[in-house]
Amino acid sequence: MASPQPRVGVITYPGSQDDRDALWAIAALDGEAVPVWHEARELPDLDAVVVPGGFSYGDHLRCGAIARFSPATAAVCEFAAAGGLVLGICNGFQILCEAGLLPGALLRNASLRFVCRDVSVRVERDDLPFTRRCSAGQTLVLPVKHGDGRYLPPPDLDPGQVVLRYLDNPNGSVEDIAGVCNEAGNVLGLMPHPEHAVDALLGSDDGALLLASLVDAARDRVLAAI
Amino acid sequence: MLVRPKAGILDPQGEAVGSALGHLGFDVRDARVGKVIDLELEAADEAAARAEVEQMCERLLANPLIESYEVEIVG
Repeated sequence: MASPQPRVGVITYPGSQDDRDALWAIAALDGEAVPVWHEARELPDLDAVVVPGGFSYGDHLRCGAIARFSPATAAVCEFAAAGGLVLGICNGFQILCEAGLLPGALLRNASLRFVCRDVSVRVERDDLPFTRRCSAGQTLVLPVKHGDGRYLPPPDLDPGQVVLRYLDNPNGSVEDIAGVCNEAGNVLGLMPHPEHAVDALLGSDDGALLLASLVDAARDRVLAAI
Repeated sequence: MLVRPKAGILDPQGEAVGSALGHLGFDVRDARVGKVIDLELEAADEAAARAEVEQMCERLLANPLIESYEVEIVG
C-alpha cells in the first residue's frame, strides 16, 4: 500500500506572502498542500497547518494583532487545542504569539533595520514533530527577512520550549531564541523561513528537514487513524 | 489612550530618538517611544467609557506582555 499523503493546510490572510512557497514546499516534500482562505470559519479536513509569513492585514497596530481575530485563526486555535500540528513561520509566529498559542512576543529588531539574509540556527530539540529529521546540536542555514523579529520570552518560559537558537543573532532576540514551541509540543513558531530553503539551488535545503519532519508527523497521524 | 513600551523592555526606537536629540545638543537622559490612540465613542458616563476602553486595550490595543497603557477621557 502506498503511504498516504497527509493534508497540510496553509492559511492565506490579506497580506500573506509566503503562503505560495509554503504550499509549493509541502507538495515538493510529498504532502498534499491545501490552501485555506482567512475567512474560513472551519478548517477543511487537515493533518497539520502552516501559518505562513508576510504582512497580514498590513501588520497594523502590532504584527499579527489583527490576524489573531480572523476566523481562520480561531479555527487554527481550536485545531491546536485538539492536539493538531501547527507551524507558524515569521508573521505566522507573530500571529500565534498574539493569539496566545505560543508564549512571548516579537518586537522591532534591535538594529531598527529590516534584516534579509541567511542565518545559522542550532537545533535544541529533535524530539518534536517539527524536528524529528534533525539532531540536537545540528546547525541549519535558513533565510530570515523581517523587521520585527526580536523575541521576548515571558519571564517564566520553560527553557525546554526553546527549539531553535541563532548562532549569529540577527535581531536582538533574548537568549538568541529563533523558535519556540508550546508546552505540549504540537505548536512551533520560528522567524527563519524553512519554506524558502527546500532546494540547494536556492542556497540551502536545510528547511526541508523541518518541513519534511512535519509532513512525516502528519502522515503518522493519518496512519494512526486508519 | 497612551500605549508605552513596558519599563525594562529594550526600546531601540527610543534610543535612536534620544541619541538624535543628543546630537542636537539637548541633554536627554532617556527617551521611550509609544503611541497615542484616539477613539470617539458614545457612553452613558465616564466610568462606562473607561471600562469599555480598558477592555479594548486588554483584547487588542495593547499587548500586556510588552506594553502598558493609560486611558484618558476627554469630553
